[in-house]
Amino acid sequence: MSAPETTVETATDEAVRRREDSAVLRIGEDDGERLEAESNASDTSMIMNMGPQHPSTHGVLRLMLEMEGETVMRSKPVIGYLHTGMEKTAETLTYLQGPTNVTRMDYAAPLFSELAFSMATEALLGLELPPRATWIRMLMCELNRISSHLLFQATNGMDIGAVSMMLYGWREREEALRLLETITGLRMNHNYIRPGGVAADLPDGWRDEVLTLIDALPARLKEFDTLLTGQPIYRERLQGVGVINTAECLALGVTGPILRSTGYAWDLRRDMPYLAYDEVDFDVVVGTYGDCFDRYAIRLNEIRESIRILAQILDQMPSGDYRVQDKKVTPPPRARIDESMEALIHHFKIFTEGFKVPAGEVYAAVESPRGELGCYMVSDGSAVPYRMHIRGPSFVNLQTLPHLMRGGMVADAVAIISSVDPIMGEVDR
Amino acid sequence: MSDVVETPVLHVSRDQLIETVAGLRDEGYVSALDVTAVDYLEHPGRTDLPPELEPERFELVVTLISHTTPGRIRLRVQVPADDPTVPTLFDLFPGTEALEREVADMYGIVFEGHPDPTRILMPPDWEGHPLRKDFAVGRIPVQFKATR
Repeated sequence: MSAPETTVETATDEAVRRREDSAVLRIGEDDGERLEAESNASDTSMIMNMGPQHPSTHGVLRLMLEMEGETVMRSKPVIGYLHTGMEKTAETLTYLQGPTNVTRMDYAAPLFSELAFSMATEALLGLELPPRATWIRMLMCELNRISSHLLFQATNGMDIGAVSMMLYGWREREEALRLLETITGLRMNHNYIRPGGVAADLPDGWRDEVLTLIDALPARLKEFDTLLTGQPIYRERLQGVGVINTAECLALGVTGPILRSTGYAWDLRRDMPYLAYDEVDFDVVVGTYGDCFDRYAIRLNEIRESIRILAQILDQMPSGDYRVQDKKVTPPPRARIDESMEALIHHFKIFTEGFKVPAGEVYAAVESPRGELGCYMVSDGSAVPYRMHIRGPSFVNLQTLPHLMRGGMVADAVAIISSVDPIMGEVDR
Repeated sequence: MSDVVETPVLHVSRDQLIETVAGLRDEGYVSALDVTAVDYLEHPGRTDLPPELEPERFELVVTLISHTTPGRIRLRVQVPADDPTVPTLFDLFPGTEALEREVADMYGIVFEGHPDPTRILMPPDWEGHPLRKDFAVGRIPVQFKATR
């Protein structure tokens, strides 16, 4: 098949082609069966459902795959199985209750949703945080990034067939989670980062515990290298599989490790710094080929960069308040409640009525382990958000699946889903 | 306000949306990050619109990002309740496909020319648009087929 050389493709032609000759299977959720029944004998393609209950779909992702033999032609991710209306719920919760809601979206990296929500609220309030609160947030986020990427290493290994990786990845992640539990009181869904600062100061001995973790991790990551990175079967499964380029990523709105795997260095921490990321030194890890292996290697090396950042945070952690001393948003210290009636009333009012936030709208974004996590918030001047929208990176990144899988084998689909690392709680919200 | 850089806001009409976004894309806004909407049914006292603009019930909010000079821009489009249609941005940024489906699902805003105008989060036979302000929380009965 040769294309006529004389025709120049115009913008409209391109738009038409994009619609018709697409990797996305654009049919309704229920239409698969009907199309199967209507298809004639000469039609060799079939539509196959993968998920929503499938161990490699990371939760409840369903894929409709148009198969030609064992080759995936077009496909469509069908989502919504975990939709619980969290954005609607957010319109009934006060700004202090809000983090408990958003923390349940990306359950592998809950602190980032809390951070985006808190930053949006603080921007509307016009609050300036004390430096220690900022640095504690950074410490927590990097610990969480490590635990999230370790979870990826574990599940990615298992999806490919390296089941022992699941045990190692899980063991390391559990140690990171134990540290998060020591600081926040909970392994997951912490509700630790709140508008106005963080919920509690770091406990005694936190420095030693962080040190123990970041001292132990590099050796463990070496084990990962031995187990996976240099292993021929593993590389064979990932290299050259699910390739995407920079232009496609930008057109699809993709952010995070998938965008960086194409060799495009874009990291909000470096390019649009928030918290105190402009005061620490780290490298943005990029890939070359944009394949599954690059995405694996980027996440592995981002753990190493996070360890570097953590070491600097340990050196530079300032002293002072862990939350803003603004009576409007900060409840009085626990000890004051026992001796002062006014403090008790103050505490009661903050937690029952909440605090009013000036009318306005704002978009705050952070670099989560999966990409740009944004929070768009509209306030009407009351104590609950008028509208709260989370721009989940997994939701947008999921659109790459049809493009990554097209023309590949169905066995590669598993590796590709894993390398996109979607968290369905954030996709469906 | 140390952490959140204020995003410049552009108010555009529905007719100018495609043109404006295409222009911004040529200026270096390489990626469409977010498409969402707000239902201003219960917020009559809103004051953040320019005076010459007629406030409508729905507002489409589009966020674009530029990488060369790092920064975002937010477009706000007024969409009337009696004719909730907007042209799709799919031809400019294919990544808006899922985001527009979500807005259509949650608010009932129709994107003209969208390649796949099906529900994305709610079941295909769901009635109503959950994020509209007149859609009550905790509505009973449950609308799934199997429980009917």
